[in-house]
Amino acid sequence: MTTQATLPRPAKPLARLRDPAWYQEYGVYAAVAVVLLFNALFTEHFMTADNLRTQLVQVAPIVIVALGMALVIGTEGIDLSVGSTMALAAALLPLYLGYGLVPALLIALLAGAVVGAINGTLVSLVGLQPIVATLALFVGGRGLALVMADGQLKQIVNPDILALGTGSFLGIPTVVLIAGVLALAVAFLVQRTTFGRQIVAIGGNRSASALSGLPVKRVLIGVYILCGVMAALAGILATARLTASDPSSLGTLMELSAITAVVVGGTPLNGGSIRVLGTVAGALLMQLLRATLVKHDLPDSTAQIAQAAIIIAAVYVARERRSR
Amino acid sequence: MAPTHATPSHPETSGAGVAVAEPVLEARSVSKRFPGVVALDDVSFALRAGEVHALVGENGAGKSTLIKVLTGVYQSDEGEVRVSGEPVRFARPFEAQQAGISTIYQEVNLVPLMSVARNIFLGREPKNRFGLIDFPRMNRETTELLDGFGVRVDPKRPLHTLGIGTQQMVALARAVSVQAQVVIMDEPTSSLEPREVETLFRVIENLRGQGIAVLYVSHRMDELYRICDRVTVLRDGRHIHTGELAPLERMQLVSMMLGRDMAEVRRDGLTGFAAEGHDAARTPVLTATGLDRRHQLHDISVELYAGEVLGLGGLLGSGRSETAKALTGALPLDGGEITVDGKRIGRPTPAAAIRAGISMLPEDRKAEGIVPGLSVRENIVLAAMPRLSKAGIVSRAKQDRIVDIFMKRLRIKASSPEQKVGELSGGNQQKVLLARWLCLEPKVLLLDEPTRGIDVGAKAEVQSLIDELAREGLAVLLISSDIEELIEGADRIVVLRGGAVAGELAGDEVDESRLLEVLADHTPGAVPADRTPDDHTPGAAPAHPVPEPGGKVPAGQEDPR
Repeated sequence: MTTQATLPRPAKPLARLRDPAWYQEYGVYAAVAVVLLFNALFTEHFMTADNLRTQLVQVAPIVIVALGMALVIGTEGIDLSVGSTMALAAALLPLYLGYGLVPALLIALLAGAVVGAINGTLVSLVGLQPIVATLALFVGGRGLALVMADGQLKQIVNPDILALGTGSFLGIPTVVLIAGVLALAVAFLVQRTTFGRQIVAIGGNRSASALSGLPVKRVLIGVYILCGVMAALAGILATARLTASDPSSLGTLMELSAITAVVVGGTPLNGGSIRVLGTVAGALLMQLLRATLVKHDLPDSTAQIAQAAIIIAAVYVARERRSR
Repeated sequence: MAPTHATPSHPETSGAGVAVAEPVLEARSVSKRFPGVVALDDVSFALRAGEVHALVGENGAGKSTLIKVLTGVYQSDEGEVRVSGEPVRFARPFEAQQAGISTIYQEVNLVPLMSVARNIFLGREPKNRFGLIDFPRMNRETTELLDGFGVRVDPKRPLHTLGIGTQQMVALARAVSVQAQVVIMDEPTSSLEPREVETLFRVIENLRGQGIAVLYVSHRMDELYRICDRVTVLRDGRHIHTGELAPLERMQLVSMMLGRDMAEVRRDGLTGFAAEGHDAARTPVLTATGLDRRHQLHDISVELYAGEVLGLGGLLGSGRSETAKALTGALPLDGGEITVDGKRIGRPTPAAAIRAGISMLPEDRKAEGIVPGLSVRENIVLAAMPRLSKAGIVSRAKQDRIVDIFMKRLRIKASSPEQKVGELSGGNQQKVLLARWLCLEPKVLLLDEPTRGIDVGAKAEVQSLIDELAREGLAVLLISSDIEELIEGADRIVVLRGGAVAGELAGDEVDESRLLEVLADHTPGAVPADRTPDDHTPGAAPAHPVPEPGGKVPAGQEDPR
């Protein structure tokens, strides 16, 4: 074994590939590129505008939920209740559509904020562990949604809502546009605002942050509220695309998809770092991988196994980061 | 016909006859590089059986790296490690342990939630005939083992419920009980009380008597001269000197470590504090009256004047850190009042205290200080972030300006402000934390063990900074277990005992014997008698027989929580 050069030389791309830090930084983007390249070469009708648009539309709600999840995970927390929050928003939407589009949307988003506030309070003031605190609303939230919707699927005919799901602006689907704008907004929040930097600091060392006078409890509650609101928004968009409010199945397993996107995107579960763009790429990677396998007539079970492999690879790469 | 190896000759109890003993552990021309840094450059080093060998150097000198190479945490890039003359290559720390090399790291590395006994026997638990852990035997042996260290604790207690000093003794007991040939101690006394230090030294004498080699890393000169036979000095990853410690003058040793001019070191003295005191103002900046917290603080009142350094003395568990935390609002109080410049702080919280102008450097740098994954810049501005932002959006330009000023003023050594704080040495991390608090422009600065676990150079720099700040009119509260530091640094000392004020020393009373008197009052035998002012004499005889300290008082009492 040769001794490592003292400084990394950009001139040798192969040496760079042996550096674990490179995978942590760019692995997820490289993986997306590889999947796209593979499809360009071997899959018919994959790299068409139509198909790519479908993929983006499908991934948009996951991206939105994952963005909120990334913030929560950045504080060394986790939010299991996002799927139930989506269902709750979906259940509320048809109930208030009678008052008009805006009130209905606001009520649905408010429900997300309330769920987030409850989660945040349980975590920061009561001091419950995030996984336990959010488990309560993971179970209870969907139950509440079903009660409110009478356990029934409701068709949605309001054209404004449906436009959210199917409309487009400059050829880009509205859903995708919203997800993109939110990704930029969250990236700005994390990188450039006091609140964002405080989230990261609290995730990196909670007691140091508290001793430095950071409003730890307020920040934590704020983070869970943001996550709840984004989950509610994802619930609205998913409902709009479905053209029906279906609280019994909307958003099931969403918490796991979101956590997967965050982890694959390179955000460590032990907090102190948030990778927004990585999270988007992580969601995209899982979506494209699944689509690729389906297009090659492999069953969904195969896709799940492939996804598992990606998760393990992502966690393995992240492990190197921690041991340094 | 290989000659049979004689067992290492038994050294005399004085430790003077070790010169002929063969090396039990040796590093030959060892080099170790990390990306961008040469941590060890062709370092050779030999440890003989039955000697206590000091390893000294500033942070970044390569001490930790050398230890890690010797114990298999790192593999050297060049050179070899030999155990009893045989070249070895430890792939893992466990293999070094198997070869009889035990290490006690700076931060206690035990399992906090497991019992004391389980920690001591971790990985080698005694089994009963069903192959299950023999708990009664394990607990019995633990009690016996710890008795030998003068520590009396219930072996079934979870480790984390013990005080940090006691935890350290448990770590030591574990290291010694694994039939070690070599025991490596990295800053073993940094969290010990004086009487625990005495117990530790007794144990080290005992190890020396058994022909076990001890590698002793410490920044405390007194300890080195008391307990060590030989010394190796490293600087910037290179080997500078190895030799007998006794004939080596203290100043000479320090100058070798720092690579500084002898005269310069001499002029500055051993601590970084100037000889003269400070002119304190007449009205207090901070007044705390009747601070009360169940089981921890009882009616503590403190006044702090601008331009003075007030020392807060006391033994472990006396409530020093708790008092500092109470003053910053980090510890909820049952009663008491804190005023700054005549204004009462309503409900004390860290944020309120910071607004009022109180800053505190916490004791535990890792757990309560640095955010390891964030950059030097972000760590410095952490508390000041709202002030450096507009409408909730951070201003990089403002941050960079502040960070630049403090990195220069405190001479923080980092490759750039964007380097992660976790990658810096302890001394530089401490300076980053000082910068975090100083950039808030506080009126009152509370320093809880500001120089613990940092190298000599950084220590002197921090001490002279404290001096400078007080001269500029800051009110400083200094907590330190280093008695020398407390006495030379403080203008006045308030001594705590059992969570209450036990006495106050001012003016000429601030000296070591007076301080020990107050500390010792009503705790008979707790303070070692041999701590006399004459240990300022350079080159005091090392390893003189240790007087029996404190008789039967158990060394490891826990914090009264």
